[in-house]
Amino acid sequence: MSEIPLTHILFLSTGLFFIGVYGLFTRRNMITMLMSVELMLNSVNINFVAFNKYLYPEKLDGIFFTIFVITIAAAEAAVAIAIIINLYRSHHSIDVEDASEMKY
Amino acid sequence: MLNEYLQVLKSEWLLIAIIFILLFIKVGSKEWKNETLLYSINFLLLLNLIAGYFYNLPGSLFNGMYFSNDLIFLQKNILNLGMYLVSLIAYPWLKEHKHLLEFYILILSTLLGMFFMISSGNMLIFYLGLELSTIPLAALANFDLEKRKSSEAAFKMIISSAFSSALMLLGISFLYGVTGTLFFSELATLIHGGPMEIFVFILILGGFSFKMSVVPFHLWTADVYEGAPVAVTAYLSVISKSAILFIFMTVMFTVFRNLEPQWYFMIFLLSVLTILIGNLFAIRQNNMKRFLAFSSIAQVGFVLLGLSGVSKIGMTSVIYFLLIYLFSNLAAFGVVALVSATTGKENIDDFKGFYKTNPFLSWVLAIALFSLAGVPPTAGFFGKFFLIMSGAERGNYVWIIFAALNMIISFYYYLRVVKAIFMDQNETPIKTIMVPALPKLAMAICLLGIICTGFLSWIYDAIFNLCNF
Repeated sequence: MSEIPLTHILFLSTGLFFIGVYGLFTRRNMITMLMSVELMLNSVNINFVAFNKYLYPEKLDGIFFTIFVITIAAAEAAVAIAIIINLYRSHHSIDVEDASEMKY
Repeated sequence: MLNEYLQVLKSEWLLIAIIFILLFIKVGSKEWKNETLLYSINFLLLLNLIAGYFYNLPGSLFNGMYFSNDLIFLQKNILNLGMYLVSLIAYPWLKEHKHLLEFYILILSTLLGMFFMISSGNMLIFYLGLELSTIPLAALANFDLEKRKSSEAAFKMIISSAFSSALMLLGISFLYGVTGTLFFSELATLIHGGPMEIFVFILILGGFSFKMSVVPFHLWTADVYEGAPVAVTAYLSVISKSAILFIFMTVMFTVFRNLEPQWYFMIFLLSVLTILIGNLFAIRQNNMKRFLAFSSIAQVGFVLLGLSGVSKIGMTSVIYFLLIYLFSNLAAFGVVALVSATTGKENIDDFKGFYKTNPFLSWVLAIALFSLAGVPPTAGFFGKFFLIMSGAERGNYVWIIFAALNMIISFYYYLRVVKAIFMDQNETPIKTIMVPALPKLAMAICLLGIICTGFLSWIYDAIFNLCNF
C-alpha cells in the first residue's frame, strides 16, 4: 500500500487555514469568528505534525509545538468567550455589527 | 547548577514571587484596605526594579531555549521601570476599584510573558511568551466590566491578536518544514533566501506587524486604546510595544540576518507608510487616548526607520528611543489618567483652559508632548535624530527627508493640544485636581527622564557598549 504523499496533507492544511481566514472576514457572529480562528490554529497543527512525520521523523519539536498550540488555543478561547459573555450583557447581542461604537 | 537556575532566571523568579504573594492575599480571608495594598504593591515593584540591577548572571538554560545577556538584562530593567511607572499612574483609578489584586496579577503575568519572550532562543518559548503577554492583556482591556466600550475593545483585541498569532504560527510551521529546527541560532545558518523562506518571512512579519501596530495592520490599535482603561492603555502603548520591538529586533538581526537584502525594503516601506498614515489620522482625533494611539503608531514608524539601518548604531538608537518614548508617553498618560479618573473627561476640547486651573499638570503634559514631537531641548529630539541618522546610513535620502518632513505634520497636532491647554478660553474648565503622592512621583521621574536622557551622553554610550551586533 502506498503512503499518502506530503503534498496532500499540506493541501488540506492550507485549505483549512484559508477557510478559517474566509470565515473570520465574512461571518458576523462572534462565536463563529472565534471558531474560524480555531480552525486556523488547527491547520497549523496539521502542518507541524505532517512535517514532523514525513521530513524529520527523528525529531519531536513539531509534535511538542502542536501540544502547546492546542493548550494555548484553549486558553485563548476561554478568555474570548468570557469577553463575549460580558459583551452580551451590555449589548444584548453577539453580532459584531452591534459592537461598533468606536470607528476610525 | 541550582544556583545558575536561580540567577539567570532572576527577573522571572522575582515576578513569580510577587504574583504568588498577591494570589495568597487574594485567597486569604483578611480584608485589606485598597490604600495599604497599593502602597505595599508599589513598594514591592520598586524593590523588583532595584533588584534588577544586581547579581545578573548572563547564560543560557534549557538547552539553549532560554538565554540572557547584559543587553537583555538592560531591556528587562527598562520594562520593569515602565511597569513601576504604570503602577504609580494607575493609583487614582485603582484606589476605588474592587478588583485591584486581579489587575496586578494579570498585568504582572503579562510582564512575565514578555520577559520570557525577549530572552527566548527558540520559537516555542517565543510563542509561549507572546501568548502569555497578550491573552491576559485582552482580559485587562475589559477591566471596566460595566462599560460598553471596554468590552468592545477587549473583543477586538483578542480576535486580532489571535488572528495575528495564527499568521505567525503558519510562518513558523513552514519554517520548521524548510529547516527542521526551531532554534534561533541554527535557523540563522540554515536560511539562505529561497522563495519559501521569503514567504515564511512575510507571514512572520505580518504577525509582528499586528502586534507592533505597523500600518496595514494598525486598525485595532486606536479602538483598543480608546476603550481600555487608561492605565491599561498606557501599559499597552509603552511596555507591550517596547517588548515586542525588542524581540522583533532580535529575530530580524539573528534569524533573518541572511535575508537582509530582501527585508530592508519591506521594513523601509512599512516605516514610511506607518509614519505618514499615523500622522494623518492623528490630526482628526478628538479623544485624547485615540490621539495618543495614532501618535504611538507614528512613533513605531520612526523606530522601524532606525531598525532598517541594520547596524550597531541602529540597534542602539532603537533601544535609546524606546527608553525616551517610555518617559514621554507615560508622562502624557499620567496626566490623562489622573484627569479621566477624577472627572471622567477625555476629549481634547475638555482640556481647554487647563492651564488656569492646573498649572503643574499642564506643564507636565506640555513637556511630554514636546518630547513626543521632538522639540530640541527635550530628549525626544535626540531619540528621533539618532533614529533618522541610522536610517540615513543606507542611502534613500528622498524618503528619509520625506519621513523627517512628516515631523512637521506631527508638530501640528501635538501643538494643537498644547494650544488648547495654554491659550484657549473655556467657561467651564476642569476643576483644580489634587495630585496624589504616587502619580506625582511618577510624573517627577518621567520629567527627569525626559530632560536628562537627552543630555547625559553616557546613557547612549552604555547602551552602545552592550549591543552585541
